[in-house]
Amino acid sequence: MCSDPSALHGFSWLACYLTTAKHMGLYWSFGTVLLLLAITAPTALLFGFGGASAARSRFAPLRWFGKAYIALVRGVPDIAFFLFFVIALDQGIEYVRHLFLCPSTDGPVRQGNDFIVCAAAKMPLGNSPQWVHETYGFSLAVITFAIVYGAFAANVLFGAMTAVPRGQLETAEAYGMSHRQTFWRVLVPQMWVYALPGLSNLWMVLIKATPLLFLLGVEDIVYWARELGGSKTPNYTDYPHGDWRMWYFFFLLVFYLSFTRLSELVLNRIMAKLTFGQATAAGEKQRRAAA
Amino acid sequence: MNECFQTLMDYGLRSQGIGEKLLPRSDFTLCQQFVLIGSGMTWNIYFGVVAVFAGFFLATALALGKGSRHLWIRKPSEWFIFVFRGSPLFVQFFFAYFLFLSLKQAHPAFSPFTSAWLGALVVLFFNTSAYSAEIFYGALQSIPKGDIEAADAYGMSGWPRFRRVIWPTMLRLAWPSYTNEAIFMFQSTTLVFFSGFPATQQRGDALYYANYFADKTFNPFIPYPILAMYFILLTLLVIWGYGAVNRYLNRHLPQERRSRLTFRPNVIR
Repeated sequence: MCSDPSALHGFSWLACYLTTAKHMGLYWSFGTVLLLLAITAPTALLFGFGGASAARSRFAPLRWFGKAYIALVRGVPDIAFFLFFVIALDQGIEYVRHLFLCPSTDGPVRQGNDFIVCAAAKMPLGNSPQWVHETYGFSLAVITFAIVYGAFAANVLFGAMTAVPRGQLETAEAYGMSHRQTFWRVLVPQMWVYALPGLSNLWMVLIKATPLLFLLGVEDIVYWARELGGSKTPNYTDYPHGDWRMWYFFFLLVFYLSFTRLSELVLNRIMAKLTFGQATAAGEKQRRAAA
Repeated sequence: MNECFQTLMDYGLRSQGIGEKLLPRSDFTLCQQFVLIGSGMTWNIYFGVVAVFAGFFLATALALGKGSRHLWIRKPSEWFIFVFRGSPLFVQFFFAYFLFLSLKQAHPAFSPFTSAWLGALVVLFFNTSAYSAEIFYGALQSIPKGDIEAADAYGMSGWPRFRRVIWPTMLRLAWPSYTNEAIFMFQSTTLVFFSGFPATQQRGDALYYANYFADKTFNPFIPYPILAMYFILLTLLVIWGYGAVNRYLNRHLPQERRSRLTFRPNVIR
């Protein structure tokens, strides 16, 4: 049906146009976004948990590290970190590989404006297939996201840890629990209720940060929207059209609005479940509304 | 030292198109990186200051609109806030840029909107208005009932009641969160030149130049920390300025009831 697009009109033209191979790339990139969220959210939470525990540590250098991590990542624009970490991580990995794989090579790694490692240390290797390059780029992006949003999560969790009533911890100590036992058995199980509002906020922030993948060189929805929307002449494609980038980005806008709206509804529901029966202002309000 | 002074003269206002035309291409000195990235900060400050200042007024109007009893005022305000808070700023920039491009073809009056100084400013202005409006709306909802009743008892209503009771209390309650929003706004200005809006003749913001140096030297460990330093300074400046206003807004309260500013950017987004 789509073999001769120039003969098509109206709806059938649009249907064929929207199912070209390149458009499939666009649809797959939505999967990339969801995959990024699915991997990043737990990883960032893990980083956040590490950061928050470090910031509470009794060992001073670890505590300073935790606090510096939280303060620094949040005081500087996040996209500066994105641009920084993608190169820094890449160079760091290549440098370590260089040290291990070809220690006999002379000369410093940084020579003037060049960063030189031996061929065996290149990451990914020069002769590896395309998908390895893409996966490597995507993994770097995931780690970068996790580091940056891990700091935000660390902040939320740190706040939640301090919000757990002091009496709970004192009781644990009175029962003879060690510092570690108090942390794992009393503090950690109780902090989630306090952390949830902040974490749901962070989830929204994370959704809205996904288009930044474009800056990290991943072929994401922003990349495809720019690519597909630009005006096309008949000798370049079977589906010539003017500059439609505005409409493609309008579509992205609608996608993100529905995604955040849906998340909001779900999170509100979870929050309502969790506050049910709690001795907090929100819980009290629920009780009154029911009565 | 003299050399560095010369660099400052050449590139100090390079981001505004004043001074040396060509950017340094090789043998980058630390001084050049400091000066050019600092020069780019003028854009970040310009965008941030104008957007936050103008956004303050629109945000107040939107917050009142969202709290309005009239459906025809409430619904548009709610939608405005929802659209700008619910979608990524990055996508908003792209959409606005291409929208302005299309409008420019329809009418030449829109051509200044396709350059960053106006087009991106409009987006930032709307964006910060929406986020601030939500903060102000929340504050408006938590104004103590007694304050409003007291104003009623004094025979105040309408404008005087708003001007002398509701508005100052709203600002006082909203101020700590509003400070964070302002800090975040300044940080968001770094997105402008990465989102479609062209940096004509390589006149870009701080991140644009930091990225330029990182690309040229392939060494991210110098330009980005410089950028971070500038932004931390800017953040401290914003906190100091907003802290002064916060003290002013809380001046009538006893010491221990005053709300303190806490440094918590991003958490409200």
